[in-house]
Amino acid sequence: MFFCQCVGEENWEDSRTVYIGHKEPPPGAEAYIPQRYPDNHIVSSKYTFWNFIPKNLFEQFRRIANFYFLVIFLVQLIIDTPTSPITSGLPLFFVITVTAIKQGYEDWLRHKADCSINECPVDVVQQGKVVRTQSHKLRVGDIVVVREDETFPCDLIFLSSSRYDGICYVTTTSLDGESSHKTYYAVPDTMAFRTEQEVDSLHATIECEQPQPDLYKFVGRINIYKDKEEPISRTLGAENLLLRGATLKNTQHIYGIIMNTHFALLLRSKTNDSVVKIYKAVINTVLKYAWQWSPDRDEPWYNHRTEIEPFTDFLAFMVLFNYIIPVSMYVTVEMQKFLGSYFITWDEEMFDEELGQGAQVNTSDLNEELGQVEYVFTDKTGTLTENNMEFIECCVDGNVYIPHAICNGQILSAASRPLKTKKEYEDLFFRALCLCHTVQVKEEETVDGIKRGIHQGRPTSFYISSSPDEVALVEGMKRLGYTYLRLKDNYMEILNKDDEIERFELLHVLNFDSVRRRMSVIVKSSSGEYLLFCKGADSSIFPRVVSGKVEQVKARVEQNAVEGLRTLCVAYRRLSASEYQVACRHLTEAKLALQDREQRLAQAYDIIERDLVLLGATAVEDRLQEKAADTIESLHKAGIKVWVLTGDKMETAAATCYASKLFRRSTQILELTKKRTEEQSLHDVLFELNRTVLRQCSISGLSVDCLDFGLIIDGATLSAILKSNQEGGGHGNYREVFLEICRNCSAVLCCRMAPLQKAQIVKLIKASKEHPITLAIGDGANDVSMILEAHVGIGIMGKEGRQAARNSDYAIPKFKHLKKMLLVHGHYYYIRIAELVQYFFYKNVCFIFPQFLYQFFCGFSQQPLYDTAYLTLYNISFTSLPILLYSLVEQHVTMETLKREPSLYRDIAKNSLLRWPVFLYWTCLGVFDAVIFFFGAYFLFDNTTFTSNGQMFGNWTFGSLVFTVLVFTVTLKLALDTHHWTWINHFVIWGSLLFYVIFSLLWGGIIWPFLNYQRMYYVFMQMLSSGPAWLSIILLITVSLLPDVIKKLKWSSVIRHLKSFTVK
Amino acid sequence: MMASSYNAKDEDGHHSGSVSHGGAGTAKSKKPDNTAFKQQRLPAWQPILTAGTVLPAFFVIGLIFIPIGIGLYVTSNNIKEFEIDYTGVNVDSPCYTCANNFSWNSTTSCSCTVNFTLEQPFENNVYMYYGLSNFYQNHRRYVKSRDDRQLNGDATALKDPSNDCEPYRKIGVETIAPCGAIANSLFNDSLELYYVEPSGALNAVPLAKKGIAWWTDRNVKFRNPAGVDLPTAFKGTAKPVNWRKPVYELDPSDPDNNGFINEDFIVWMRTAALPTFRKLYRIIHKNQSSTSTLPSGRYVLNITYNYPVLSFDGRKRMILSTISWMGGKNPFLGIAYITVGSICFFLGVVLLIIHHKYDTRSNSADIPN
Repeated sequence: MFFCQCVGEENWEDSRTVYIGHKEPPPGAEAYIPQRYPDNHIVSSKYTFWNFIPKNLFEQFRRIANFYFLVIFLVQLIIDTPTSPITSGLPLFFVITVTAIKQGYEDWLRHKADCSINECPVDVVQQGKVVRTQSHKLRVGDIVVVREDETFPCDLIFLSSSRYDGICYVTTTSLDGESSHKTYYAVPDTMAFRTEQEVDSLHATIECEQPQPDLYKFVGRINIYKDKEEPISRTLGAENLLLRGATLKNTQHIYGIIMNTHFALLLRSKTNDSVVKIYKAVINTVLKYAWQWSPDRDEPWYNHRTEIEPFTDFLAFMVLFNYIIPVSMYVTVEMQKFLGSYFITWDEEMFDEELGQGAQVNTSDLNEELGQVEYVFTDKTGTLTENNMEFIECCVDGNVYIPHAICNGQILSAASRPLKTKKEYEDLFFRALCLCHTVQVKEEETVDGIKRGIHQGRPTSFYISSSPDEVALVEGMKRLGYTYLRLKDNYMEILNKDDEIERFELLHVLNFDSVRRRMSVIVKSSSGEYLLFCKGADSSIFPRVVSGKVEQVKARVEQNAVEGLRTLCVAYRRLSASEYQVACRHLTEAKLALQDREQRLAQAYDIIERDLVLLGATAVEDRLQEKAADTIESLHKAGIKVWVLTGDKMETAAATCYASKLFRRSTQILELTKKRTEEQSLHDVLFELNRTVLRQCSISGLSVDCLDFGLIIDGATLSAILKSNQEGGGHGNYREVFLEICRNCSAVLCCRMAPLQKAQIVKLIKASKEHPITLAIGDGANDVSMILEAHVGIGIMGKEGRQAARNSDYAIPKFKHLKKMLLVHGHYYYIRIAELVQYFFYKNVCFIFPQFLYQFFCGFSQQPLYDTAYLTLYNISFTSLPILLYSLVEQHVTMETLKREPSLYRDIAKNSLLRWPVFLYWTCLGVFDAVIFFFGAYFLFDNTTFTSNGQMFGNWTFGSLVFTVLVFTVTLKLALDTHHWTWINHFVIWGSLLFYVIFSLLWGGIIWPFLNYQRMYYVFMQMLSSGPAWLSIILLITVSLLPDVIKKLKWSSVIRHLKSFTVK
Repeated sequence: MMASSYNAKDEDGHHSGSVSHGGAGTAKSKKPDNTAFKQQRLPAWQPILTAGTVLPAFFVIGLIFIPIGIGLYVTSNNIKEFEIDYTGVNVDSPCYTCANNFSWNSTTSCSCTVNFTLEQPFENNVYMYYGLSNFYQNHRRYVKSRDDRQLNGDATALKDPSNDCEPYRKIGVETIAPCGAIANSLFNDSLELYYVEPSGALNAVPLAKKGIAWWTDRNVKFRNPAGVDLPTAFKGTAKPVNWRKPVYELDPSDPDNNGFINEDFIVWMRTAALPTFRKLYRIIHKNQSSTSTLPSGRYVLNITYNYPVLSFDGRKRMILSTISWMGGKNPFLGIAYITVGSICFFLGVVLLIIHHKYDTRSNSADIPN
């Protein structure tokens, strides 16, 4: 399934009416206003062939930087400026062209992807016949046929299926990551339709709400018109709506009406407002105001103006100072990001042998944001866990059994061989687990879903269940020798250890629900005994137990829970015939009740499930990914808040959170679930939680280890919180309260989330007032929306296809690689880019500020201080490579230290290296250095001779002197900042300086035939032939570097000073 | 920006070969190379600036800079310099009349005489400069108002100089040679220096006009156009508007010092960096005899006053200076060196104290650990 932006559905209305098969309703019915719906054509590409050039150029010049350089370039073309237009035109042209080619190529790929989806064949019923058409030609109201294992091309109302009971099974793996089969029901009045003709004869309209972002919500009504009869109205619910992207399973074919064509999804919006622009805005404004008083001086006789245009003066200044944010910075930053991202793909530690893949970088714009992540939103299944449940052990009456994975059927007991008297318990226990479940057996191979091969020599069959735990348990039993065979005519068949088939009549199933947190079955054994088997969470079983070795089992359960295993307790009760009759009566009564059915059922269950005898407990492991817990712990230490967003049940998800150390034993869990909000109002719950959190924090504010909170919230409550805000209801701003709670929780678990809700959560956090950088990580198609929404999206190349990896910014093989990604690569990229941006700014302040000062001494005539060659090459070659290399290989701390000390990540949190004080320091340093360069040279030049032969130097020598000091200072400043001197650093830094000297010698050494000026002829050599010039160069470099050296020194000594204090 | 890639079709076995990570498709199954560079494990020197490492550097800088500074300062102080303003702003100044009665059209030149006294004798070679103030030779339009090709003797550029020379490019149909505002505003005061003998007789001081321009300028950068003689070479060109005589008659006394290679002209053409500047005018070579080049006593400066500066509030000066290995009088460099050296030394001392104190503290603190 491809997500695309919704093109034509902006005109949201409250409801829509669909005519099935495009047949008008009979006259006399309510007057319907025909509505237009977009077709199913998916357009994710941005350009077409003919609008590419104008649209792409427009898009590119909408970027403020590009536009700015374009203006500079045009100004240079139009007016008489100090520098040549080529100096800014050429790099701009280069940047624009490369970007255009890249975007064009990407769009071509998108076109191809769109095409393959749009042309995917779909069967449509037209005039009673099945016609094969292409996906993009579908319209709302069409009736389509979907066959087994096909994906629904759009949202459908389920009319009828090939099964006689009018149901179909569907997996929504790609929507919410749940791989279990879900049952959907056909509209009762149409479920009998078998053939195309019958379906086509249906005359009905459907009214429903406009498409909702909430996947599990749908309310509609179908009006069926039969000949001359009053239309029959039926309500439609979510159980009738087949969602686009889900896959049909175990059903030959179904008929459905298209309800919505487009699956509206959030737009991908990644604004990367770099600091650069802020810098530019500030500096430009400041400088502009500074220039605006450039006086119109009287023209002396020796220098007549050619034309008088005050405005061009201003523009000329702009051109001269435009170097402060040079195009080259733009190019260098891009190069750094582009080349730097290779280190991620090259990283051997992020290579997974199993998959045979390393990390992938899909966009390099965000490398530095990896170092700024404050919130990590992670999917659970397949991301934290391997999505692979395994039965670990069971504890029967205090004895522990561990099925050995390899030795099939052999029981390895930790305790001594059970005594004879225990044998009964053991048998009961295993039977209980074999019977108390809702697992289905599927004989054939399925493509998707939970599949487990049965061991060699047995027919291939699979267990399917909506709960993977149950599958794991039944499988575990099989390994312990008790195989559940099938449910046939209400008899459950078990193959016991002695290869005998035991048959139990299934009388009642007391279904699982999350309030009771247990389920039961009532069976009648072949010997005529009535047995009630119950399994459930320890907290829900223990209070109902009357006998059994509660203490031992409890201890074992607690031990297992600490290890992060999912534990269940098993109990039973022998029912006498009369007791059974009573129970039976309770159940039937409750089931038949018209009002409060659920409540009465719960009461009935409560009556039946009591006086249990504890049999034992089981432990199932949803295996965490390798080092997932370690990774989460490191992220916690790094000050990153980890949120788990999952479509799973709360209990399951919470167990994983404990296993992965997201919640610790000491964590106080706050629940914000439907269960609670049903008891109290949402308002009360929210404010109560908020009070708890705030009180705790104010108390423990003084103590170091603040009690940490974990929040559990479910999808329903979340949408209630979000909705309350949209309505602007009078209950205050829930959203703010919710955010406040979240801020104080170290870990948050969101369960029962629809994919779009995941994105909503991410958006909510993104929009909160601190504007934190968010990272979303997931592996399935259901995570795509949040991956796209978060600042940084990371896809895991997992088992559930490559949707997530494809839509992400970075793709990694395993969750554990996130640690290195953030703590090492993210950290490095951030410090590198921070230095790059600020150093670039610094070196250009150093470069341009003398130029600015010079204007005071040249009559504000925009006379460049430096020669054109220097102006052009300063950023391109003299000072570009050292910083580029620095920004690629700098390591202020070793990789091992970063991995060992996750808390180092906090040092760079909240953009700490690009804050105003740091920026101010760089600016001050730049201005200071520039003042030193300029006035140093000024006082040396002031009315004096430099040479021993009395000859004088001119303005170009003055400029060259300043420039030489500038190049050396700026390069040596970077050398001072470099903590990691590889041979490449040495080569590039000293090489750059050498290159400058050689270039200058050469540039001044020849009368260049193609130039119409020779102003630099011998200027550099003349300068070097004078002793004072050498002395002043050395002096000025020393003075310029001195403050930075002192600053570095003081800093390190103060740190150590403090350290020595804390040690004391 | 150029770094993202779109791997939309990777799944279908279509190797996207995208712009940036084209390798990603093909190298997918390959393990990344285990090279030190790719794994960011290049051997590296990791210097840390600590008080310990920087301390000696501060002392060394201090110890080197202070003597250099002292040397420079002493040298600078030994240089003798004399400067006199002859603009003629005040009514009582000798050149007042010349300065105020200036007219571009006058054919006769105005002269004035300035008397001054040198308190100390000037030894060795003495250099005579003229200085101008508030003269923006570094104005952008002024700086570029020249044609280096023409000045290099290029025949085509002589007849058709660059547009940068406007408005001093052509007069009618005739090209101006040398064109441009710089050449047009050539400093044309002539200065003569006389020593007043104790007897009262005026003794002309010999002023050498060779060697005032850079050797490379005179021999390479500036060349006369080819021709039998200079007047024919410059035939068809006009003299700059403000000039009294054409470029090939600049120095009547020395035929080799005419045309573009006239040294006064070359010196002028090297535009000054700042609005107050001096340019080398003449050199007074030291006598073979044992007497000082310029003995102390009274002197007379005879000025042919051609160059108007009052209109832009400029000033004209005549400077006499001796020269050392480090050039003219410039106390700034020496003082700067002494200051920086002292600061470094001082910092070194401060750091030493901190370092010393800290060291003992940390040692005692480390023991319990």
